[in-house]
Amino acid sequence: MSIISLKDVSFGYGAEKALSDLSLEIPAGQITAILGPNGSGKTTLLHLMLGLLIPQTGQVWLDGQPQAHYTRRAMCQFIGLVPQLEYLPFNFSVLEYVLLGRTPHLGMLELPGERDYQTALSMLDMLGLTHLQARLVTELSGGERQMVILARSLSQQTRILLLDEPTSHLDLSNKGRILQVLHDLAEQGITVVFTTHDPEAVALIAHQLILMRGGQVQASGTVAQTLTTENLTATYGVPVQVISVAGRAVVLLANFVSYF
Amino acid sequence: MASRNEAKLLVPLGVVLLVVLGLSIFIGRYPTPYIMSPSLLYHDDMARQVVWSLRLPRVLMALLLGMTLATAGTVLQMIFRNPLVEPGFLGVSQGAAFGATLAILWLGSSPLLIEFFATFFALAGLFLSYYLAKQWNFGGWTLRLVLAGMVVSALFSSGVGILKYLADPLTQLPEITFWLLGGLWSVTWREVGYSAPVVLAGLLLSYLMRWRLNLLSLNEETAFSLGVAMEWERALLLVGAVAATAVVTSVGGIVGWVGLIIPHVARRLCGANAQFTLPTAMLLGGIFVVICDDLARTMLLGEIPLGILTSLIGALVFMGLMRSN
Repeated sequence: MSIISLKDVSFGYGAEKALSDLSLEIPAGQITAILGPNGSGKTTLLHLMLGLLIPQTGQVWLDGQPQAHYTRRAMCQFIGLVPQLEYLPFNFSVLEYVLLGRTPHLGMLELPGERDYQTALSMLDMLGLTHLQARLVTELSGGERQMVILARSLSQQTRILLLDEPTSHLDLSNKGRILQVLHDLAEQGITVVFTTHDPEAVALIAHQLILMRGGQVQASGTVAQTLTTENLTATYGVPVQVISVAGRAVVLLANFVSYF
Repeated sequence: MASRNEAKLLVPLGVVLLVVLGLSIFIGRYPTPYIMSPSLLYHDDMARQVVWSLRLPRVLMALLLGMTLATAGTVLQMIFRNPLVEPGFLGVSQGAAFGATLAILWLGSSPLLIEFFATFFALAGLFLSYYLAKQWNFGGWTLRLVLAGMVVSALFSSGVGILKYLADPLTQLPEITFWLLGGLWSVTWREVGYSAPVVLAGLLLSYLMRWRLNLLSLNEETAFSLGVAMEWERALLLVGAVAATAVVTSVGGIVGWVGLIIPHVARRLCGANAQFTLPTAMLLGGIFVVICDDLARTMLLGEIPLGILTSLIGALVFMGLMRSN
């Protein structure tokens, strides 16, 4: 059962087509990774699922209904986003920032109440961040910050979580922690969709893989079927080899001489 | 609500504001400089007149001015995601200055005409900035709006320069200069009456939307994912804040620093969350400007321009505050 489906979706910025006639299905309760070169349309795809961008042709369906049938509020209770970069010009504390995720559950002029504080605190607790609650977000390390942004999205309590390159600036241990959390969320029934440049993250936690190239789906399916030497070589346009180490796919770049 | 320390500051600040307001109507240069005994109100007609017709409207106007500039500063800094923005930056202050100068130069110095022209050109500055930003087609919307505001301000301020050059140096020029430095010496109940509706509406709107301000300060995609309608929520807050600023500027002239500095002081005291920062800034702005205006009308025999005092005291207080922990 797919929770998000795109049917013949095209989208362009000005005359330039970012995505053309794209159709795909995101299964509910699983982790779907989107892999592809820079500029292949990964972020555009996430923004279309979120409703931030409206398809120029085609339609996005959410849980069996066209996106347009949802009110904005209902959409925000349904899909959350962890953006690639979160620039904060003002010094929110961690708790205040995580509390912002409660907004879709508040009325237009309503302020967060006791229940919202409890939800925010329980998300911090779940991610092991309780000790950071009074710290300022801008003072955190990159890894802590990414976890806090995740906590903000989780306190939104949505069924789908979209993440734009969630591990791209992280060291190995922080990357491991984030991937572990995403894995656990899927176990709890949350649908996770993330873009990445990192095949290791795909091999470690994803169930489904979508390979993008030039605004189109190059290949898609289960990770075992899709993460192959042929598919990756075609997607990136450079020779790539996929080997199996301890039962897990590992992606190797070919020697430098063959790039040009 | 679970230990919201930030909110605990609001009650004491409210009390301080009430005390300052109460004292201010007894401060002045009648019958003797500095402070007047409240008992004088029982047996001195003149004292009643001074308090009721001069001091009370002036103190209330100072309160509205301070609250408006501090609120507008907080609102604009958050919706433009830039802590260096101040309320008059979209051509509003310089527009008002141009309008007032024009009125003083060609239409005599009736306060009503000065206020009308100042309001008209302040709003014209806003719409011109908005129009230019719409016309241009490079960069993001915020960048275009800020640049357009700078251009419009520069045009109006060169206009003010030309008008000052044409002004009679003995009669008109001092009056123009005094207006540009800001002051509330001409305030009567009429000014309070006509500015109050716009100002109170702007303040109420900003206050009610204070949680939304937090969201508007986030990335566009994050704010969208939390259900914010960026365009119209921003527009609503912008119009409310700028209209209120235009109205108080038309009465009080260019009173600098309040809108820039008070939001920073408020954030320093209670953090970034506008749920608490905004009301804190409102109260602080009111307290600060009422005190500055007390000094402006009491310290010397003549009036000291309010804008000079707010800049001087504001800068000193700010320096001290940034050094302390």
